[in-house]
Amino acid sequence: MIEIRNLAKSFTLHNQGSAVIPVMAGAALTVAPGECVGLIGASGAGKSTLMRMVWGNYLAASGSIRVGPLDVATAAPRQIIRLRRETLGYVSQFLRVVPRVPTIDVVAEPLLNLGIPADEARARAASLLARLNIPERLWPLSPTTFSGGEQQRVNIARGFAHGYPALLLDEPTASLDAVNREVVLTLIEEAKARGAAILGIFHDEAARDRVCDRVVDVRAFTPKAA
Amino acid sequence: MTTAIRTLTADTDRPLLQVQGLSKYYGNRIGCADVSFDLFPGEVMGIVGESGSGKSTLLSCLAGHMPPDKGRVIFDTAAGPRDTVTMAEAERRRMARTDWAFVHQNPRDGLRMGVSAGGNVGERLMAIGARHYGDIRATATDWLGRVEIAADRIDDRPRAFSGGMQQRLQIARNLVTGPRLVFMDEPTGGLDVSVQARLLDLLRGLVREMGLSVIIVTHDLAVVRLLADRLMVMKGGHVVEQGLTDQVLDDPQHAYTQLLVSSVLQV
Repeated sequence: MIEIRNLAKSFTLHNQGSAVIPVMAGAALTVAPGECVGLIGASGAGKSTLMRMVWGNYLAASGSIRVGPLDVATAAPRQIIRLRRETLGYVSQFLRVVPRVPTIDVVAEPLLNLGIPADEARARAASLLARLNIPERLWPLSPTTFSGGEQQRVNIARGFAHGYPALLLDEPTASLDAVNREVVLTLIEEAKARGAAILGIFHDEAARDRVCDRVVDVRAFTPKAA
Repeated sequence: MTTAIRTLTADTDRPLLQVQGLSKYYGNRIGCADVSFDLFPGEVMGIVGESGSGKSTLLSCLAGHMPPDKGRVIFDTAAGPRDTVTMAEAERRRMARTDWAFVHQNPRDGLRMGVSAGGNVGERLMAIGARHYGDIRATATDWLGRVEIAADRIDDRPRAFSGGMQQRLQIARNLVTGPRLVFMDEPTGGLDVSVQARLLDLLRGLVREMGLSVIIVTHDLAVVRLLADRLMVMKGGHVVEQGLTDQVLDDPQHAYTQLLVSSVLQV
């Protein structure tokens, strides 16, 4: 479902003497439907960079990133928008929303974007929020004032609202208590069971051991010093 | 996938608007130079850049408010793709009232301040041939509701409205005729941040429900991140970078875009 081949990435800092910083070369991995692959490597090794290239907000220098039939590395913006709407979900570490929009609508939005009727979308959002132990009295409020852990659970609910065939998870269990961590791990297991291909970053080793079928060490993709 | 998804993504391989080599000069000075892009149905494109970058000039040329010196603006009309630059004035005006809409930064430029709220919305319907008073008033009332203006304000003049309400009224006036392409010039510009947020949410909902294509000019990177699928960055009349909005903002390639993104104050 996700297939990365010979991927390279560098940053050019035009306003700092046009320094070119190669950060990745020869990256390759595959994630099959129903499989969860964990990215490992020390902080700064390029886990998040690789994840962002799959999401499409970091531009690849060369190589290919296939998600289903689409090569994200060369796709037009509207193709990536469609991919994100229908096929590829992303639970980032940060919740970015329009202020003042109620939590229930933040979670329902990916479903509304797919043309699913509002009451059906809200019902699905409500069941996820309930599972993730967000108290019902908070649903009509904007999540911008919530605690870090609550925001993260809202973000997870949003990411799992639609049954994406492919999912990117960036530290989904960080800053969660044991009960909610268990809920999230169960959600991940359910997504795998329905055939989702999952690429994740988990610093929580026990969580990684439980849900990941394999790990890929991104240090193998560090460019060799010239 | 389900049928609902298929209908949404059908037919998107034909651009709604094709802009080719558009240029506008003010004497020897460049307004905008050699701008080309395709806009597809349902796409929201942001144009950012500092004052004087040419973004407003470009928008004026696209919307037919100002004739470009060079280039083509091809719109996919009901009768097939047509170059709106060479189109007869009367025809272009008719399109501006039906298929197109323009939301000005200052609601005073897009509203008739001496006419009631309902009249402002109804007027655009009458301009395309609506004549039945009851129908027009019912449609106007419905649209005021959609932009969150209470029905009992229908006979008030926009002068009596707050800035945010005036802007929502301008949006209702523009969208009542079901346009396919909406031009927006700094639509959240003069508003308080709390009012901005409400307007952004409203616009996102309308774009989704009506399948609108939008070209929005702004200097506010937070607004484009939340509203635009694609982003075009302008400097000195030239397009220096374009792409997926979060890619341009998170991994800017051009020196100017890097400067622009790194200059935003974090809150």
